[in-house]
Amino acid sequence: MLFAIAWKNIWRNKVRSLVVIIAVMLGMWAGAFILAYIYGMIDQRLQDAIGSEVSHLQIHHPEYEKDNDPKYFITNSGEIIHDINNDPAVKDISGRVLAFGMVASPGKSFGGKFIGIDPASEDSVTQLSHNVTEGEYLSPEDKNKVIIGKKLAEKLKVKLRSKIVLTFQDIDGNIVAGAFRIIGIFQSYNSTLEESNLYVNQKDLSQLQNTNDNVHEIAILLKDADNVPLFQEKLTSKYPDLLTQGWKELAPELGFMIDSLDQYMIIFFVIILLALSFGIVNTMLMAVLERVREIGMLMAIGMNKWKLFGMISLETIFMVMIAAPLGLLFAFITIEYLGTNGLDMSGIYKEGYSAFGFKSVIYPQLETRYYFNIMILVAATAVLASIYPAITALRLDPVKAIRKI
Amino acid sequence: MKDDNHKNCVIHTEELSKIYDEGAVPVKAVNNVHLHIEKGEFTALVGPSGSGKTTLLNLLGGLDTPTSGKVWIHGKDLSTLSKNKLIDFRLHNIGFVFQAYNLIPVLTARENIEFVMLLQKESKKERKDRIEQLLKETGLEDQGDKKPSELSGGQQQRVAVARALASKPQFVLADEPTANLDSKTAGNLLDMMAKLNKDEGMTFIFSTHDQRVIDRARRVITLVDGAISNDEVRDTNKVTT
Ligand SMILES: Nc1ncnc2c1ncn2[C@@H]1O[C@H](COP(=O)(O)OP(=O)(O)OP(=O)(O)O)[C@@H](O)[C@H]1O
Ligand SMILES: [Mg+2]
Repeated sequence: MLFAIAWKNIWRNKVRSLVVIIAVMLGMWAGAFILAYIYGMIDQRLQDAIGSEVSHLQIHHPEYEKDNDPKYFITNSGEIIHDINNDPAVKDISGRVLAFGMVASPGKSFGGKFIGIDPASEDSVTQLSHNVTEGEYLSPEDKNKVIIGKKLAEKLKVKLRSKIVLTFQDIDGNIVAGAFRIIGIFQSYNSTLEESNLYVNQKDLSQLQNTNDNVHEIAILLKDADNVPLFQEKLTSKYPDLLTQGWKELAPELGFMIDSLDQYMIIFFVIILLALSFGIVNTMLMAVLERVREIGMLMAIGMNKWKLFGMISLETIFMVMIAAPLGLLFAFITIEYLGTNGLDMSGIYKEGYSAFGFKSVIYPQLETRYYFNIMILVAATAVLASIYPAITALRLDPVKAIRKI
Repeated sequence: MKDDNHKNCVIHTEELSKIYDEGAVPVKAVNNVHLHIEKGEFTALVGPSGSGKTTLLNLLGGLDTPTSGKVWIHGKDLSTLSKNKLIDFRLHNIGFVFQAYNLIPVLTARENIEFVMLLQKESKKERKDRIEQLLKETGLEDQGDKKPSELSGGQQQRVAVARALASKPQFVLADEPTANLDSKTAGNLLDMMAKLNKDEGMTFIFSTHDQRVIDRARRVITLVDGAISNDEVRDTNKVTT
């Protein structure tokens, strides 16, 4: 009975209730959508980073990371790569010879990271060939050919087929240099990569550095991303002298972004709901104060405090609990639609997005559990917001209320 | 009190006073009232404006608490009940009819009558039977599905009376039930109440200014400055109009 009366009471002032309902709907819709947008952006960045930069796991000599000294290569890397590649959990694997040094064109010179790759396996791990927008991708027979980023090429004022000189250290600390001809120019959504990375054939770099065909870095892509921690343990125990790291260690900022999304969600929605609850409490107070006489009459004829409290708080709870699921439903529809079709932000802020390694087409997405968590927060808010107006109704003195008649 | 506490006594008060001490001079709204109401009475409370009729009715109905003195309803001392207990006590023992705002606007006449029975947790069949009976007795057979806003003032007050009776109370208190009605409608409402008093034996205590209403009462209690100045029991034969 209380439910029926509370429900009917909501519609006594249709406009006012609709305003509250629409406000809550909009709040939920906007909140869930923005969350999905952020989530989609982070997830995309994560997938891109894993698929084209960090991979799932990387193996290095434990000392290598400290000062990137080329003498800390992985001994017997060829065998290790072969062994790991035989594991059924592994999708793709690629070894890289690394060097940090200077790249010079006739007029300019900048710092760069030189990466000696096996073109085929590198392409399967990072899809590098897809990024080559001018010229062509490396082939194994190429000798002293290099692929450089578009940004770096512009800074160096070089073009396809220009010659550039790479200078770096060999494993004994001697400065070595090689002249390379640009056969390809790549572009990346991550502009730092475009400015720093240069790709050459493994042999070219290995010979200059004297690493004896050993690599500094092994990047592994697994078939199942969830398998990373387990596989990392496996490799660590199999190669105790080497350092195996998962993507969360390799790119801690990515791991952090994903891990902190839950906190974002809570803070974000608490703020939205707090703002909404002020409006809700205010509206319900008005609804109570308008009905002073009626409430006095109800107390007089025998509606006790619990029932009265129940009736008034149900009115609040109903309004919120109609509005929030509707808002979330709209959010769900929007998110699903844009999650498939993408939301193109390039017109607005393309440079900004790509400077931080994000693509300018965003695919919002939100896991189902977030909808549930939001509903829990909403329900808690509804209950909290319902208390004050209901208590105000209880405080009314039936005699004074009736005297007003 | 003890000697009065036989089964026909519905209301008994002793030295009942209510003093409002809010303004410069304290107002004795109800002043040392001894009152005894028996089952089946049809009693009017009259007196000039400000004489304390509403205050006394509120004290008798357990809506207000006296400054001194006590009220017993069917032998129960109201001062022993907590506020919330008092609400439940009212639900089961007292029917109220006010001047206006008697009904829940979102509910139909039928639902308004049913409301108190739902609060009393009556069974569905019990409720249905009683509603139909009350609608008939109050002459509202065809109005049951209308909302209060769709009913005339007189019809609304009839629903209020039906609602007051629905809980099968010890007595019905009505504070100026006819104040918003024209005198013909007021007369009809009173006739209906008188009939319920006769047929169901329901006790009614009502305050009024309206002489035509006063004429229908079998006992008239006159208040002046909060005290009973006259208490007249009329010849019952005169009541019929
Ligand atoms: N809340 C209050 N505070 C102070 N004085 C009050 C209060 N309520 C009533 N009074 C005073 O108590 C006295 C009795 O008032 P009451 O309303 O009971 O009279 P009444 O006989 O019902 O009058 P009416 O015929 O106008 O309805 C009046 O003098 C009134 O001013
Ligand atoms: Mg009065």
